[in-house]
Amino acid sequence: MTAAAIATAVARVDSGDTAWMLIATALVLMMTPALGLFYAGLVRSKNTLNTFMMCVAAIAIAMVTWAAVGYSLAFDGDGSLVGGLGNAFLHGVDFAPRAGMTIPQLVFFAFQATFCIITVALVSGAVVERMRFGPFLIFAALWSVLVYAVLAHWAFGGGWLQAGGTLDFAGGVPVEMGSGFSALAAALVVGARKDYGRQAMLPHNAMFVLLGAGLLWFGWFGFNGGSGFSTGNASVLAFTNTLLTPACTLIVWFALDLIRGRKVTAIGAATAIVVGCVAITPAGGFISPGWAMLLGALAALPSYAIIVWRTRTRVDETLDVLAAHGLAGFTGILFIGFFAEAAWNGVSDGLFYGNAAQLGHQALAAVAAPAYAFAVTFVLLKLIGLVMPLRATEHDEAIGMDVTQHGEEAYVTGEGAILIAPETDVEPELPAAQPA
Amino acid sequence: MIGIVRPEKANDVLEALYRAEVRGVSMSRVQGHGGELNRVETYRGTTVQMGLSEKVRFEIAVSDEFVEPTIEALCEGARTGDVGDGKIFVVALEQAVRIRTGDTDMGAVTPMDK
Repeated sequence: MTAAAIATAVARVDSGDTAWMLIATALVLMMTPALGLFYAGLVRSKNTLNTFMMCVAAIAIAMVTWAAVGYSLAFDGDGSLVGGLGNAFLHGVDFAPRAGMTIPQLVFFAFQATFCIITVALVSGAVVERMRFGPFLIFAALWSVLVYAVLAHWAFGGGWLQAGGTLDFAGGVPVEMGSGFSALAAALVVGARKDYGRQAMLPHNAMFVLLGAGLLWFGWFGFNGGSGFSTGNASVLAFTNTLLTPACTLIVWFALDLIRGRKVTAIGAATAIVVGCVAITPAGGFISPGWAMLLGALAALPSYAIIVWRTRTRVDETLDVLAAHGLAGFTGILFIGFFAEAAWNGVSDGLFYGNAAQLGHQALAAVAAPAYAFAVTFVLLKLIGLVMPLRATEHDEAIGMDVTQHGEEAYVTGEGAILIAPETDVEPELPAAQPA
Repeated sequence: MIGIVRPEKANDVLEALYRAEVRGVSMSRVQGHGGELNRVETYRGTTVQMGLSEKVRFEIAVSDEFVEPTIEALCEGARTGDVGDGKIFVVALEQAVRIRTGDTDMGAVTPMDK
């Protein structure tokens, strides 16, 4: 690229848009540790660190696979099923914006990377408390490319769904349905925890769950508000809808809790926040604030029903990724088909405004994305399972994944701990040596 | 009777005791060392040997004819076959009093029907 070309390219970058997208990217990255907190609170204390570490690992693994090939497969060219390798290893990803955008492609790359990261972390919720850490790392690397990047291409990168007219504002297809239905497949392949259905396995720290949900909601303003890639109307609409929808989900969830158990529960509320944020994710920039509120109320129903039903089955989809993400994403994607409003989004109307075809496009995505995510995840984990055991032994599972996978405990007391090997080469006698 | 068992087997022990119709139980979390292999943990460069393991301690006051069933229930619930399954100590009980009624000894450790 010549100096003149760089100058023109940089000139088309909008400083306000770029500033917002830098912040939005950081907000979305924060959602992954927030999810770690949310998940860690939901498991038993002996599995706290392992559960959180799966989210940390998602940052490490998915960031690298995204830079290597994931971004390119998702966003290079407009092939029908998958993108090209032209941007592999960040080739050609620099300060110039992509066509039709006002932010440097490097920022676009980083923003999309944080989406891939949190989606990988989401899937871990299906297999916590028994899946070994090593196989999870391998799964995360392959899944981020084979499932996430492909679905991202379909929905965002000019693939067949987007080209066919499916609207997905911030990731109902790759992030929410992608993670939710993959989680179901992962739970089926890895199998239930040994104590599942035999013992009560309770969330060990409800405060972590609430705090995690709060931080997720906060981060979600970057997730949805950034998915217009600018400070334009779509971003503003999605931002405000991200406030309205989860609030309405909360109210309906309270009501459902009251009807079922006569008490409003805190962990239910944390779940409702996530369900509401998920539901508005695909629809954020496409529906009016009024419809967004209805979406929030409606989205509570199927997710609540599936959580109640799932816990009575043998399917140990441990942290209900399917209900909270898969199903709420499904609801949001379909909702666009009914209530998208060109007067608000400038793109397309839904059935309610006279465009029945939009519902068809949305229904297609609502079938294709779950089917692809489920099938590929199922086969992928079966194949990894042929090479190495996916789950810890019953003995290790009983002791807890923190000690057996990481050699650490979340709530260590230090009593009875004997120091065996200080790892320093500095002679303690040297006057220069400072105690650590 | 005192039974010290693995924390992850505590629920199994409670189930076994329930099936053996042993109803009066106290349990507490303790840390102990019973000759099992120590595990090594590392925290940012500090490597330590954990000399104490988490255990759950059951205290159960029973009458003579319940001693054997209680021992069997503890063993059945707590055994994994690996080192670290725990111990049972049977000790004589000098006196027992049920606070609510003032019942002593046998009366105090026999469940009442409401």
